[in-house]
Amino acid sequence: MPEGTGESAAGRWRRRLLDLLGRNLSVVVLVLLCLISSAATWREQNPITSRSGGAVARQVLEACPAPCSVLVVARDTEADRVFAQAIERGLDAAGVRIAGRALGQPRDVRLELERIAGAGGSLDAIATHRIASEWGPVRTAGVRVFAPRSYRWPTFLTARNLLNVVNQNADIAIIALGMTLVILTAGIDLSVGSLLALAGVIAAVAAQEWFGGAAASPAGLLAAAMLLGVAAAALGGLLSGTMVTAFRVPPFVATLGLMMLARGLALILAVGHQRRLSGGGAEGTPEAVRVDAAAFAWLGNGAVLGVPNPIVLMLVLFVAAHLLMTRTMFGRYVYAVGGNVEAARLSGVPVTAVLLAVYCLCGAFAGLAGMVDASRFEGGRPNAGELYELQVIAAVVVGGASLAGGRGRIAGTLIGAMIIAVIQNGLNIAGVASYEQKVVFGALILAAVLLDRLQPKIASRRARMTRSAS
Amino acid sequence: MLELHRIGKSYPGVRALRGVSLAVRAGEVLGLVGENGAGKSTLIRIVSGAERPDGGRMEFEGEAAAFASPADARERGIAVIHQELSLVPQLSVRENLFLGAGWSRRGLVRRRWEEREARRLLGLLEMDIDPDARCSELSLGARQAVEIAKALALEPRLLVLDEPTAALSPREARALLRQVRGVARRGAAAIYISHRLEEIEAVADRVAVLRDGELVHGIDRRGQGSRGDGLLAPDRDEIDRRRPAGGGDGRLPLDRDELIQAMVGRSLSAEFPPRRPRVIGETRLEVRGLSAGRRVQGVSFDIRRGEVLGLAGLVGAGRTEVALMIAGAMAPDGGEVRLDGERLDLRSPRRAIRSGICLLPEDRRGQGLVLSRSARDNFALPNLDRFRRWRGLVDRRREGLAFGRWREQLDIRLARPGQRAATLSGGNQQKVVIARWLERGAKVVLCDEPTRGIDVGARYEIYEWIRRIASEGKSVLLISSELEEVLGMSDRVLVMHEGRIRGEIPDPARADPAGVLRIAAGIGLAEESSVA
Repeated sequence: MPEGTGESAAGRWRRRLLDLLGRNLSVVVLVLLCLISSAATWREQNPITSRSGGAVARQVLEACPAPCSVLVVARDTEADRVFAQAIERGLDAAGVRIAGRALGQPRDVRLELERIAGAGGSLDAIATHRIASEWGPVRTAGVRVFAPRSYRWPTFLTARNLLNVVNQNADIAIIALGMTLVILTAGIDLSVGSLLALAGVIAAVAAQEWFGGAAASPAGLLAAAMLLGVAAAALGGLLSGTMVTAFRVPPFVATLGLMMLARGLALILAVGHQRRLSGGGAEGTPEAVRVDAAAFAWLGNGAVLGVPNPIVLMLVLFVAAHLLMTRTMFGRYVYAVGGNVEAARLSGVPVTAVLLAVYCLCGAFAGLAGMVDASRFEGGRPNAGELYELQVIAAVVVGGASLAGGRGRIAGTLIGAMIIAVIQNGLNIAGVASYEQKVVFGALILAAVLLDRLQPKIASRRARMTRSAS
Repeated sequence: MLELHRIGKSYPGVRALRGVSLAVRAGEVLGLVGENGAGKSTLIRIVSGAERPDGGRMEFEGEAAAFASPADARERGIAVIHQELSLVPQLSVRENLFLGAGWSRRGLVRRRWEEREARRLLGLLEMDIDPDARCSELSLGARQAVEIAKALALEPRLLVLDEPTAALSPREARALLRQVRGVARRGAAAIYISHRLEEIEAVADRVAVLRDGELVHGIDRRGQGSRGDGLLAPDRDEIDRRRPAGGGDGRLPLDRDELIQAMVGRSLSAEFPPRRPRVIGETRLEVRGLSAGRRVQGVSFDIRRGEVLGLAGLVGAGRTEVALMIAGAMAPDGGEVRLDGERLDLRSPRRAIRSGICLLPEDRRGQGLVLSRSARDNFALPNLDRFRRWRGLVDRRREGLAFGRWREQLDIRLARPGQRAATLSGGNQQKVVIARWLERGAKVVLCDEPTRGIDVGARYEIYEWIRRIASEGKSVLLISSELEEVLGMSDRVLVMHEGRIRGEIPDPARADPAGVLRIAAGIGLAEESSVA
């Protein structure tokens, strides 16, 4: 046996594999969840897209070459129109005559068929999609019906669903970034959900009342309104940071106070706005503050190259935060403060400044998430983000950060947020009611923390196992 | 009482114990010595049930013993006092003493009885500790004493002490040693682990030396033959060598050089490296009237360039506080510190470090290192401004190069640069802290107990480092509770007692340790007396 370990090659490989799995447990969990969600949503797929439209056109051409007249049938939706256009483009290119087009209800198809018959035209085929091919007038038209072949594929694993899953949870993921910093310093921030709402309401009120509302709202002014919201949330974070550092208030208590304070302010602002809208007479109600400027919705509902803006913002922020934590002095300081405050202080780390910055950043991230939320709903909702703090903390913990501080990674948090998103989505697709979802989430968080606790034991068992293998 | 037969234990990559056989008999104290990493702690973990051996077997009081947990071992009468303190800081001394011991009657705490018992136990240790004081308010030394009293409260059959005196003053340590002897006299057994050979000499009936997971040497000081000690070591010729008689209480004297040689496997010419010829220059650090409540009262002294100034005294004399105040880590009530004539702003360690004052703190794990981070991160923490590239970005290449340089120079042994500080041995941890200040290029280095809990080999390297920086013209303040260390390493020694400087020893190499100890203990002296 060689010096040192003395284990077999097989044992060594097994240990390496287990090490790798152990270190990237959350990634493994995420992949597993995706597989489970995929398997559970293995369904017949009938996509109505430009691509499937092209495919139908090719089918028609194969079965019924050039002198052939075709009726295109689809519903009156955005996706259907794109689908129909793709069919027509494909047929046009091959010189096939389009006898007519029916976009709407089965009734429209009947009328179109009657029109074609009335005009004495011939009809050889109907090109449509799976849903419309079941319509009465289509089936009884007496011509061949072409529809895209359906195929089996997990609904979960479609581009649309995946983008949707991430998009829905982008705000949670963004706040989780700031929360990761706070948790790394062994703190906690309960105020993020309220700060999100406050930031959204402030931005909306500012856009409506100070920067001109619908009439005159160039993008610059809207951006200013949004920055104001983010700044307000950052200021809130700075307040809890001050409480924690200057007055040694436990973070839990300091941010609990701010949580109620910020929520109350958001409601007061929203109610005040409604009262002013109604001319000051009626009692205001805590409704959302609507923003009339169309550009306000860009951040939440726009897209860059087909990727929704919230996702783009989330990814940019994640990369920035990752670099901040791994490459900069500030990142090192945060880890040091979380790992051992006293050692950090004696090593010359400006502990107070680091903590202030961390809470301030966490507030700012919550504010940014508030902008995403307000933009998505085209207005500031004073009740937005309720219980977000718990979801966010869950994401960070599931991502492997230790609540005791000093341990955790930005990449882990991204994965944690995605794990939560995927579970939520999987449960939604599987038709699990929201009450039952709560139970699943609670169990998930407990499991994550348990896993965290058990890790040393797993490691030692691993060591024992590899020894017995040798 | 306790017999170990060919106990083996491996961790991934390390064979911590390679078939150790050992016996401890009722009524005796077994001294266990060895460098850090020799396997002492692993052995103790196995005896106390915290770990299970991979091979071999263990018998306790004639029965096969395979402890499932530390609680199991405790049940059988094995009490362990670890290096790490395990007291609840928010509870009082009394509450800690009887915590989890099942002393209550029908769920009710027997307060009177507890108070009496607490006083008795603390009295045994000759410690003046208020049983109702909160543990968080006690000094490290007092807390250690409470820890020991807690173990004694269980009336253990086998008492295991792992470096118990690291935080104790000499007087407290002596009381503890007497207690350990007392435990043995009452028919129980004790295993005593320490780096301090004089303590081993004072307390042990037999001494076993571990090196690299093997029992390499054994000495029976009662002059008995190897027959009864067949389990001490596999190699019977090597162990239980008869020494010429001459001990006071029937025990034979211990040859410390022999032990040290067995521990390190090489001979150390002297305990301290030779003094290098150097010029002690002009005054660099002036401390004037530094005060902090009752703990430090008007302390003044100078340190010159290239000088090593020793600060001797008992635990609690205020030496650590002096160092903390100079390092900006503790706000003084009064007084000032000047560096090269300029008054220092003592408000934060950050400022002190900027002006060139570095602290090697007493509690390495608690104050020196961020244990969850890598050795390299710890090295870089106060030096990040030197590796700064652009807007706070860290130049990791330069950082790695600098760390590599010091790692080689100081012989810091790591499995890889990213190894977490928590998994390093005490000596390597201290070297990481030293490397960070070397990189910093400090002008004044404050060393508070720099060799506490560090094995003989690494200790020597730290002494060499102190000599080297002094010869480079840096000023060193050396605080140590080990008198030999302060006297052997310093150019001048100040002795503190209860917050004041009570004596100065201009030529420590020739000073009488007993005299220094008398000053430190505050025995019969006038203000500012001096001992030659």
